[in-house]
Amino acid sequence: MSNAATDYTLAELCIVAAAEAFRGDGEVLATGIGVIPRLAASLAMKSFNPDLMMTDSEAYLLSEPNPIGARGDDFVQANETWMGFSRIFDNVWSGRRHAMLGPTQIDRFGQSNTSALGGTYEQPKVMMLGARGFPGNSISHPNSFFVPGHNTRVFVDGECDFVSSIGYNPARLPRGHSLDDVDIRLVVTDLCVMDFGGAGHAMRLVSLHPGVTVEQVRENTGFELEVGSDVPVTAAPTTGQLAIIAALDPHNQRAQQIKGNPAGDRSGAGN
Amino acid sequence: MDKQMSAAQVVAQLHDGMTIGIGGWGPRRKPMALVREILRSDLKDLTLVSYGGADVGMLCAAGKVKKLVFAFVSLDFIPLEPYFREARQSGAIEVMEIDEGMLLLGLRAAAWGIPFIPTQVGLGTDIIARNPGIKLIDSPYDDKEWVAMPALKLDAALIHADRADARGVCQIAGPDHYMDDWYARAAGKTYVSCDELVPSEFFRDPAQARMVHWERAATTGVVHIPGGAHPTSCSPLYGFDVPHFKAYTASAGEGGIDAYLEQYLGASEQEYQQKVGGIDAIRAIALPTY
Repeated sequence: MSNAATDYTLAELCIVAAAEAFRGDGEVLATGIGVIPRLAASLAMKSFNPDLMMTDSEAYLLSEPNPIGARGDDFVQANETWMGFSRIFDNVWSGRRHAMLGPTQIDRFGQSNTSALGGTYEQPKVMMLGARGFPGNSISHPNSFFVPGHNTRVFVDGECDFVSSIGYNPARLPRGHSLDDVDIRLVVTDLCVMDFGGAGHAMRLVSLHPGVTVEQVRENTGFELEVGSDVPVTAAPTTGQLAIIAALDPHNQRAQQIKGNPAGDRSGAGN
Repeated sequence: MDKQMSAAQVVAQLHDGMTIGIGGWGPRRKPMALVREILRSDLKDLTLVSYGGADVGMLCAAGKVKKLVFAFVSLDFIPLEPYFREARQSGAIEVMEIDEGMLLLGLRAAAWGIPFIPTQVGLGTDIIARNPGIKLIDSPYDDKEWVAMPALKLDAALIHADRADARGVCQIAGPDHYMDDWYARAAGKTYVSCDELVPSEFFRDPAQARMVHWERAATTGVVHIPGGAHPTSCSPLYGFDVPHFKAYTASAGEGGIDAYLEQYLGASEQEYQQKVGGIDAIRAIALPTY
């Protein structure tokens, strides 16, 4: 499409890396919750997977993703299908969807937590949103995760405090079902890209963001991570991808998503 | 048949211990004027079923709630609902925490008069582990186990619509009617507040009738309350009141719900609306951009 950029932010690197999750999806509803996942799905739809479907985050499917934020009085969004919330579930349960979400905890099984932290279930220390649609998403269609701050509070030792979404945990596998019914794709963080393609669905390092070491990732992950002998560096955005991202995010909301909005290449080697 | 009634008459038909469904979604098209009338009443020990927002937060904080059936409670642009969190973190309420889609299935089962709907949703999660009342069942057609999502029967449903006629034909003209049709069908009694009361002839236009999502037989009472969804939205008539929600959220860290209610609730909806700037100000609130 165009040349690799040399000047890009970590948020932009994450958007481009996360977009890859949707590359081979074909004609499914791509749902990115949060600015970076939404821009990732939108970038995929605008570039290598135009067959993706996307909503306006309200009640219509769009043939072109909406730019994020205020869009001016003359903006007309590209509606193609009414898609109220009840119909979202019809689509979810059909399996023709891939969601990228940002849970508060993720464990070694790929189980995630959006509901409560600490204390007891009857009286949690920190109550969050609730399970939302995570149980249904996780058993019905592929899911990916985005984590803006990779640390051991997110990637927890042991199981999540509350399991909102099913993962590759044999102990929780319902009778007659298979771990292969679960389909967790990419886990993109501010440090690296991972998946659950390791032995026995272990979480595995796929690529390191420029300037990040394996040790850094290990120190910030609360469980054993499978690491190959030669881990590649996450591909830099192309100038063409950066232009698409800028058009999709004209108010630069992506700059607010990762603490300090650091540069994408943290190797300290300059450009 | 004339189903018009006042908000006070609606609340007079509700009783302690009832299971009450509240329509809308998060900060969107909640029957807040009816919720406020409950806040002015002595009702207590309620079980709420809601895609929750400030409706749940306010009723929890005011001590009206015994049990909550929910998938989330959130103001969306303010993700964490402060008073719901307080209620959970102090162990003040019982909960049945389920998936968003399971809530829909529970309402459908209730509407269809069946005890449960089988689904794969919830399998392998704490939704099952934490809800002994939700059973796994064998299928007569395969060797797998499935979730039997129980019917969520409602004693009453509270819904806010854009407009209605006196016979209970209710129109939701906004982009999404959410699950409100299923709330109406799952409930023994369905009470609908509306921004506009229209003559029945209004619906002769097929484009208007197309936005009616349940039959009038499912509507028990109609309450004409312009602006009755405030501070939630009633798109396309008005958006949600961001400054009001910010003040509401801030109140949790300051004077608590008592201070919030003291400042805004008033003795009637008329008083409430005066305190928040009047109906013209409500109708002028811009729609959100997502």
